[in-house]
Parts: sequence; C-alpha cells; structure tokens
Amino acid sequence: MDLADIQGIVRFGYKRHREAAFVLLRVRERIAARAWLASVPVSSAVTLEPPPDTAMQVALSSPGLAALGVAREIVQAFSSEFVSGLGNDPSRARRLGDVGANAPQHWQWGSGERVPHVLLMLYAVPGRLDALQREVLAACATGFEAMAVLPSTDMHGIEPFGFVDGISQPQVDWQRQRPARDAEQPRYINLGCLGETLLGYPNEYGGYTDRPLLDPQRDAQAALLPRAEDVPDQADLGRNGSYLVMRQLRQDVHAYWQALDRHAGGDPALREQLAAALVGRTRKGEPLVHHGAAAPLAASAVVDLNDFDYSADPRGQRCPLGAHVRRANPRNGDLPPGEPGLWSWLKRTLGFDADALAHDRVASTRFHRLLRRGREYGTPVLLSQALAAAPAAPEVGLHFICLGANIARQFEFVQAAWMAGLHFDRLSGENDPLLGAREPTPEGRPTDEFSIPQAGGPDRCLAGLPQFVTVTGGAYFFLPGIRALRYLATAPPKD
Amino acid sequence: MTPQSNFTIVAPLAAGREPALRALLETMNAQPGLADPHNAVLPFGAFENLHYARLVLLDDALQADLELLGQPRPRLPTVLAFMGDCDGLAHELLAAMVSRAGEGLRRVFTHCEGCAPDTDLLAWLLAHERPIAATYVNWVGRTVQQIVEESALQRALSAHVPRRPLTPDGAALRLRDELRTFIDREVAAGRLDLTRPAPTPLGWWLAKLVHLLGVPLVGLILLPLLVVLSPLIVLQLRALEKGDPEICPRPQAAALSELQALEDRDVSNQYTAIGPVKPGLFRRTLVSVLLVLIDYACRHVFTRGHLARVQTIHFARWVFLDDKSRVLFTSNYDGSHQGYMDDFINKVAWGLNLVFSNGVGWPRTRWLIFGGARIEQRFKPYQRRHQVPTQVWYKAYPGLTLGDLWRNQRIRDGLLQPRMSDEQAVAWLGLL
Repeated sequence: MDLADIQGIVRFGYKRHREAAFVLLRVRERIAARAWLASVPVSSAVTLEPPPDTAMQVALSSPGLAALGVAREIVQAFSSEFVSGLGNDPSRARRLGDVGANAPQHWQWGSGERVPHVLLMLYAVPGRLDALQREVLAACATGFEAMAVLPSTDMHGIEPFGFVDGISQPQVDWQRQRPARDAEQPRYINLGCLGETLLGYPNEYGGYTDRPLLDPQRDAQAALLPRAEDVPDQADLGRNGSYLVMRQLRQDVHAYWQALDRHAGGDPALREQLAAALVGRTRKGEPLVHHGAAAPLAASAVVDLNDFDYSADPRGQRCPLGAHVRRANPRNGDLPPGEPGLWSWLKRTLGFDADALAHDRVASTRFHRLLRRGREYGTPVLLSQALAAAPAAPEVGLHFICLGANIARQFEFVQAAWMAGLHFDRLSGENDPLLGAREPTPEGRPTDEFSIPQAGGPDRCLAGLPQFVTVTGGAYFFLPGIRALRYLATAPPKD
Repeated sequence: MTPQSNFTIVAPLAAGREPALRALLETMNAQPGLADPHNAVLPFGAFENLHYARLVLLDDALQADLELLGQPRPRLPTVLAFMGDCDGLAHELLAAMVSRAGEGLRRVFTHCEGCAPDTDLLAWLLAHERPIAATYVNWVGRTVQQIVEESALQRALSAHVPRRPLTPDGAALRLRDELRTFIDREVAAGRLDLTRPAPTPLGWWLAKLVHLLGVPLVGLILLPLLVVLSPLIVLQLRALEKGDPEICPRPQAAALSELQALEDRDVSNQYTAIGPVKPGLFRRTLVSVLLVLIDYACRHVFTRGHLARVQTIHFARWVFLDDKSRVLFTSNYDGSHQGYMDDFINKVAWGLNLVFSNGVGWPRTRWLIFGGARIEQRFKPYQRRHQVPTQVWYKAYPGLTLGDLWRNQRIRDGLLQPRMSDEQAVAWLGLL
C-alpha cells in the first residue's frame, strides 16, 4: 500500500485531533488557486511518530474541477453521481428524500450557485485549530474565496441526541486479504474490499469503480500518476482517492426527547427504552441484540459492541426492524441463512425456500457500506434542557461525512432505500426514525410512525413523530490521492 | 380465480408525426412520465381490471451497435408501443377501451401509419398486436379489485386494532374474533367489500395444461437431437462468448437525466429497454429457445410472488420485434432503479445472462450464466444505455408495493380462515 499517496482521513478518524473545521472554498483566481493546491501540505495515511498536532485534507467538487481548468473529458470520466452533484438535481433530491424541509432550495450551501469548489478539512489537537485555520485562510485567500467555515464541537463521541456515535465502521481491507474476485459471501462480514473505499482497487465484485484513466503517452504530467491495476498502460487519476459525501444535518434535540417523553407518558425508564428502540442501541451504544447470548450479559463482561447480527431476531422483537442502526447496517449476507449443503443452497438461490424468501427483502449489506468521518457541531443540549419547554435553541447537529468508491451503490442506496425508503424489510409506510423527512405520501398517507414489533400481538406503534433531522447543506466531492491532487493543480488548464 | 393477460401493440409512426405525438402523450401525465388516471385521452383509471399500462416510443438508435460488429445497420422506423396488463382477457379490455375511450385512442394512433379517422380502430389495434415471447406475473390470479379491497381492509384493521400488550391464554384469538365482528359490520354497512374470487375459466386451465405437458413433450422429441448436437452447441457457444465484443459505454448525461426525471414518483417504477439480438442463426435460435423456457417457468413455476429470488417485479415481459432482430423488455418493479439493478446483479445475474447475453454488446459471459451481469461496471451502463424513457406509465394502485399486497392478502386469508391456533392468531395480529 502506498500510504504516502492516500489522504489520512481514509485511514484515521483523527480522533486525537478533537478540534476540526470544514472550510468551503470557491475559486476566485484560477492561477493562484492552482498554485496553492499544487503545494498545500496534505496529511497522508502514513503513521507518524510523534503524531502531528494538525492535519489538513483536501477534496474537490465537480464544479471545482471545472473551475480549476481540469479538462472536461477528465471530469466526465468520474462517476455520473459525482459529476451531476448532490444539490442541483431534482431527481436525485426526490430519490434521497431531500424533499419538504430537506429540499436543496432551503440549504445554506450546496445548491444553486452555492456549491463549494473545494472542501478543506482541518484537524487539530486542542488549542491548535484557530492558528491553523487563520494560517490556511490567509494562504489561500488570493486564489479562493471562503464561502463558509463550518466549525465543529467536540462532544466526546456522543452525538447531539445523546447516543455514543461511530461505533460501527466497515473495516477496510488494507492488507488485501480478501481475494479480489466475485464470490458469494453467505454471511455478514465487516471486512470490506479496499476497492469499496479507495478507487483503483478491486471492489466486492472484483471490479474497478469508475474513475478517469489518462494516457501517459499523450500527457507527460499523467506519467507521474500511479498506473491503473486493471489497465496497466493507463495512468490512474482515481487511485488512492475516494468519493466524499458531506451533508450538514441539523438535529432537533428538543423535538426528539419531547416526542419520546410524550409516548412514554413522562416515565423516564420507558422514555429511555423507546429512545433505544428508535436507534437500535442504548445511549451507551449497547446493541439491542447480543450475538449468541439470549440472556443479558453480566455487567462486568467486556462487550464488543459490534459482535452481533440480526439473524436470531428476524421479526424485530428485540431490535425493531426499522431501528436506525438496523436500517443503516442490516448485517446480513448475500443469501438468507439455511441448512448447509447444495440442495438447500439451490432452493434458496432459486427462491423455493419460503423462510429464506421472507428474509430476502433486505439487500446484501456488503455492497452498501459507508466509512463515516463526520463531526458534531453546535451547542450540546442536556437531556433536562431538551425536556424543558423548547427555547429558541442554538443550532446543533452533525456534519455527516462518508467515504466510498461508489456514491450510487453506497451512500445513495443507503440514503434512498434504507433511510428515506418507506418499505424496509416488511415495514410499510415509515422511514428512518431519526432521519426521515415525514412527508406524507402522494396518496396522503402519513409517514410519521415507528413500529415496534411485539412478541405477542400487533406491533406497538409510535405515531405522529415529527421530523428530527433536517438537511441544511451538502455536496459530493472527490478526495484525491496526493499525487492526483498535484496533477489536478499542475496539468495545463483547459477551458 | 381470474387469470391475468396482457397486450402489446406496436405500430410505426407516420412520417413527421413524432413531435405532435410526444406533445399529446405529455398531456396524459399528471407528473413527468406518470399518467393521470383520469386524463382526457385515455382515462386508465376507468378500466377497473387494468393493472399497468404504458405508451412508449422506441427508436432504432442502438441498431448502430451492429456496425461495430461489421454488420449493416438496418434503418427501422420509430414505433409506438402500447402495453398493458389486466385481469381477464386483454382483447376484451381493448374492446372496452375502444368503445369507451375510442376517440382519445384514435387521437393517439392516428399518429401511426395506416390509422385513419375512419379506420376500424379495434381491428387495427388487434392487427398491430405483437406476440409475447415470455411474460411474468408476480401473483397469478390476484386482481386489481382484490388488491384495492384488501388494501382498504388492511387500513381499516390497522386503524382499529388495539395496540396494547396481550395477556396470554387465548387473548389473541379473542382479539381476532372481535376484529372479525368489526369487519363483518363494516362489510354489512357497505364500507368494505370482500368480493369472492370468480371461478377460474375452464379454457384457461386447459390451455395451461396443454402448455404444461406440450413444451416438455416437444423437448423430449428434440432431446436425442440435442444430445447429439450438444458438443457442437457448447463449442459454438464458447467460441462466440470469447469473441463477441462488449459494448458498454456510459450513457450520455442528458439521456440518464431524462430517464431519472421519470423515476421515483411512486414506490414502484417502470423499466423499458430494447436492443438488437446478436446476428446469426445460433444466437437467434438460442434466445428463442431460452425465452420459451423462461415463459414456461413463469407460467408454471414462478406464479406465487417471486421470480427466482426477486420479489419486487409486478409484471415483466419479453417481446421480439422486427423479425426477431430486436428484443423489447419491460417491467414494473418496486423501489429505486439502483436497488432493482443491484437485485439483478446479486440475485439473478445468471437468469439475466441466459437471455440478454444474446443481445449485442452484453458484458462477457462464461458458460451462458457466469460473468455478464455480475460485471457491475459494465452491466450498469449497458442496461441504462438500452433503457428508453417511458412517456406514459400507469399503475392502478399507487403507493402499494408487492410487500404490501402480500401482507394484505395474508391479512384477508387469516381473517377468513375459520379456525386458528393461538400461535397463528398472534402471528396474524403481527401483520396488522
């Protein structure tokens, strides 16, 4: 692995760097902008000892590439989702549930003319961010205009609703242990092929995701780029890079806890239980199903918060089918579970096993993983404050960031089918309990319910849930490998 | 049980009439691509046995791919396809459409060659009907009426059921009895209908039986020949598979955006794709035989809620056009296009390969079922490039997915079931 060519955010969450800010830039003056990008210090994925106090990462949007003078045919060779972008396509907005209050026309950034060209991600150990930010903004000021600086807040790993965040992440197969070929994976595995995260490497199908390949014979600068593994006579502009999705999600902490309190009739224990049901984990992060352990574990046991799947809870009686973490990561394999042997495999593959079909409504998880790198922002709200009458609260939320090699199959699928979709597993007419937009269907039916399956009868149903999370900005970026960034900044510009 | 049937009417456009026809079709829509059920041209909603319908213009742009194979490019006129899936006999539905919406239909089809204001419209439509090579129905016998009634039943029960924990010993059974009484009252008051299924037409049973036995019989007769020829067939197949070029460029951004503008306006979407069959007798015969087998499987095996592992396709069909030189595939499916394609790749790539690997440019297959659609990076652009925007699309039950239909059906079955164990009653209540 060429860690020196990969931006550090792919490998590290920069957890030790508790301070972070996201700077959205637009090109003001192309030559200066390119000159700055050509030499800007970008932290790589190499582990440094001692770890540096600050880190900077750079990502570019499709209009950004054009503004920097990158040739049109190169831009067009990126994936079509990246090229058309997040905030200016009504079909995409409809698909992703960016409708109603989430609609891009209401966004603070990312829609219309307010699409950033460059995203700078600044990370620093406590006390060092201000200086870094000042320094960077001053250095890039000739070439760029700063559209916005989005600050973040260190909430010690707790997201604004009060839950431990970032527990489940796909493990990236840095060593390339998984063979790069197309083969059925009957069980859920957390180790994802490198090509699911980084461009230029084989993905879960053993294939290479869309990215620009350049002819080094015709383009001398491109000769400095790594060669494409699958087409060795071409230079790979995508290699060691990734796509980055950023969305600013405003969280209404008051609405969340007050709605739950109402449904719990003011009972604190029941309120906690319902809150955990919506999320699929307790506030401390304990999953509602435990791997292989029917009885609650001893309090002293050290629990791996990710060592579980939902195969023992197909009806959702322990963790509701629609719980946020279950929708976001259903932890299933390619084929529903069944008896070993060829006969059973054949029956399940051809759809003649009724039990298997009943479990087969949810797509296989391994093709739809997101490597999350988000940060909280705003003023944290204590539970007691949230339960008190809602004041004109300052904004709080999450700068959602995820990386992946295939925006359509990863982020867009998860957001459209599993979050915004009204039909997940056997559920009907409800979307994600945390992220759902709650817009009534075109037939006028409400989508503001949350079903909690019960062992002995009809589902318990929480009705009238308001919208808890509102999208207020977002964009698709390309997070280039470091040599690719230099190439983009130095190759002769074209108009 | 009322079996389903379908019609596919294909007619070339009269010279110069395409823009006017496009404008007329546009007036039938409530949203881009989504028909207004009460539109003035053809009020689909007035035909209570119609599940799905579409009007789509098919051009010959992809015939250009034949030139990449060193073949001449035949010029084909742009055609209008009018397709529908219905309960009962399709010809009776067409007759009803002509009699009740003949004027609007005539406005559409007078844009086609040979349809004049004084043409006998029904005869003309039937003369332009194309035979179906293979057809798939998610649940044979489930009528529009049943779907609508069961959906109302589900909503009534779901709103009425007390959502409280049940104490054991017979509480679930007692609750079911209460709900049965409630539904009886609703039915008696005329607020709900639970129409009994009509008797299955005898002719349909007979035709099914003849088909069930006839196809294997023909297979049996041809078997010795096939056994003798099989080494040659395999060799020929492998030679072609190794040599056939892949043509999988990404679709133009504008074309993609035109397709996406028509999607995700309901929980279900439409898909229409067309492409040339690989030239030569071998491929043409192979695809014909395979479609006979697929049609057989759809007619006798996959009649109850799933096509192999895929449970999201309402209706689908394969139609030969232009003397078997092109295949048209249409379907109505639940969820987003991305999810549909992932289902194809992950669940039934082998099945797709069987048919579509005989299409020009398909991603390279091995042994007819391996590779092909599993090559995500080539399959996804291939299918998008072959997809055609569907100008007008009608669905009789917006907002409902096959998951809903299946659940509602089980709710009704459970309600009408005379006796039930407590355990069954608990499971039934879980559906509400």
